[in-house]
Amino acid sequence: MSGPSPWRRLSTFLFQRPRLSLVLLLALPLGWLGVVYLGSLGSLLVQSFYRVDEYSGVVVQEPSLRSYRDLASPAHLDILLRTAGMATAVTVAAALLAFPLAYFMARHAHGRLKTLLYLAVVLPLWSSYLVRVYAWKLILAKEGILSYFLAHLHLDGLLQQVLALPVIGGPSLSFSPLGMFLVFLYVWLPYMILPVEAALSRVPRSLLEASADLGATPGRTFRRVTLPLALPGVVAGSIFTFSLTLGDFIIPGTIGNSSLYIGQAVLRHQGTAGNLPLAAAMTMGPIVIMGLYLSFAKRLGAFDAL
Amino acid sequence: MRSEERAPRWLVAAALGVLAFLYVPMLVMMLYAFTTEEATLSFPPPGLTLRWFGEAWGRTDLWRSLSLSLEVAAAATALALVLGTLAALAVARRKFFGREAISLLVILPIALPGIVTGIALRSALSILDLSFSFWTIVVGHATFCIVTVYNNVAARLRRTGRSQIEASMDLGADLFQTFRRVILPAIATALLAGGMLAFSLSFDEVIVTTFTAGQQTTLPIWIVDQLTRPRDRPVTNVTAFFVIAVTTVPILLAHSLSREKEETSDVMER
Repeated sequence: MSGPSPWRRLSTFLFQRPRLSLVLLLALPLGWLGVVYLGSLGSLLVQSFYRVDEYSGVVVQEPSLRSYRDLASPAHLDILLRTAGMATAVTVAAALLAFPLAYFMARHAHGRLKTLLYLAVVLPLWSSYLVRVYAWKLILAKEGILSYFLAHLHLDGLLQQVLALPVIGGPSLSFSPLGMFLVFLYVWLPYMILPVEAALSRVPRSLLEASADLGATPGRTFRRVTLPLALPGVVAGSIFTFSLTLGDFIIPGTIGNSSLYIGQAVLRHQGTAGNLPLAAAMTMGPIVIMGLYLSFAKRLGAFDAL
Repeated sequence: MRSEERAPRWLVAAALGVLAFLYVPMLVMMLYAFTTEEATLSFPPPGLTLRWFGEAWGRTDLWRSLSLSLEVAAAATALALVLGTLAALAVARRKFFGREAISLLVILPIALPGIVTGIALRSALSILDLSFSFWTIVVGHATFCIVTVYNNVAARLRRTGRSQIEASMDLGADLFQTFRRVILPAIATALLAGGMLAFSLSFDEVIVTTFTAGQQTTLPIWIVDQLTRPRDRPVTNVTAFFVIAVTTVPILLAHSLSREKEETSDVMER
């Protein structure tokens, strides 16, 4: 009799060596993510320390702090603050808007209704982000549906007053920070609803009953019991709303006015302006912000709510 | 029966309001695909027509972009399936040093703003002096698609457990047979769900693609072009309609495949 087949022998060999088979399993995915992804991130860091020669416009591959010095200019700090401000506003609004639907799903919907509502939130999350932005271009247009209904409700005067406001206003809703805010809120809202719903579902009913038994009004129970327990969900959702707003350049480019956001500035510097080192240095802003944010979120236990 | 308190009226109204906010814009967008108005975005549409569907059908630039997007999505999904499954199999086995780091590394390309992944790849291409090609797009897409496959397969393996695999090996199956007869059937629907989500993620991606495509035009890049410099309004409206109609199917399918409560949260990692 000739012993077991080579396949069989290899199988036994590997089965008895979990460490080796672990290494073999991980080789490809870790190699890919390590080389392609981390390698690229590393090259980004290196790139940010290069500089562009002022006369020839060619990237000089020598260590320099030029990009970071350029970045400290008021114009660039302005961009950073504007983007972070927008991301904060969108995150806060998304949390407020997500709560009623998430609460209804977690506390009052069961069976088929719950599945249906869940699908209703997931579907926009996965369907085309671009088309959803495009839909708002149609809605916010001067001659579009929103103006039409506002005019019929005789609210167009109010809209003009709002658009005349500094900072958030603009020539029309489709070219204003206010319009941008609406679109950001719309496209990222499902990312907030899902983790908040998950967190709310995990609040044990007995806790709410105990609070009521001990004499708390429903409002007080909500503030003192439900809300603190839902917080990790809100933070988990905010990771997405905040991060996605920070890095977006499509919405500011289509809905916004001429003031730049980080994403647009990065795009411009790597493209037409040909200053890849500055673009790289600029991206360090969102990376650092998200790094701090993620570590803060981890401490709050938000990752368990994902 | 449950002794549920009924939802207060205002809560129902607010929940419905949020749902309307999510869906009315889509309906408006779909309506515009049929408008007879060519130049402006006026509402209500002066009339309805099917003409633009025919016009869009005859556009070669659209077909080229569509086929490029489909090819990229297919290649990226294939890569993500292999890499995501391997990573999930490794992580599912047992606790080992660095396991948390691997999960983080898989999620990172999606947790960091897309622009970071995009500019990082762009910077690597520049330093290595590589030129843009079909494969530069695919590499970028595969990197952030791994997570959808990984999440679905890892969740499935957590529930399947290890005993079946051990039983199969004890009964004399080799690794290949065990994979084909035990592991693969167990994770098949998870693979399908993860793969479809990866496909729709890639098909729609534009932020990273902008940095890795060079002069190539994927369908999303075609749409962005029309967003910033509108030239063919009616054709864009029809394209938007088409994209929504086509992507809805795999999303609903992927959902029904990974239905179990435990996995519902995995669908959201984008």
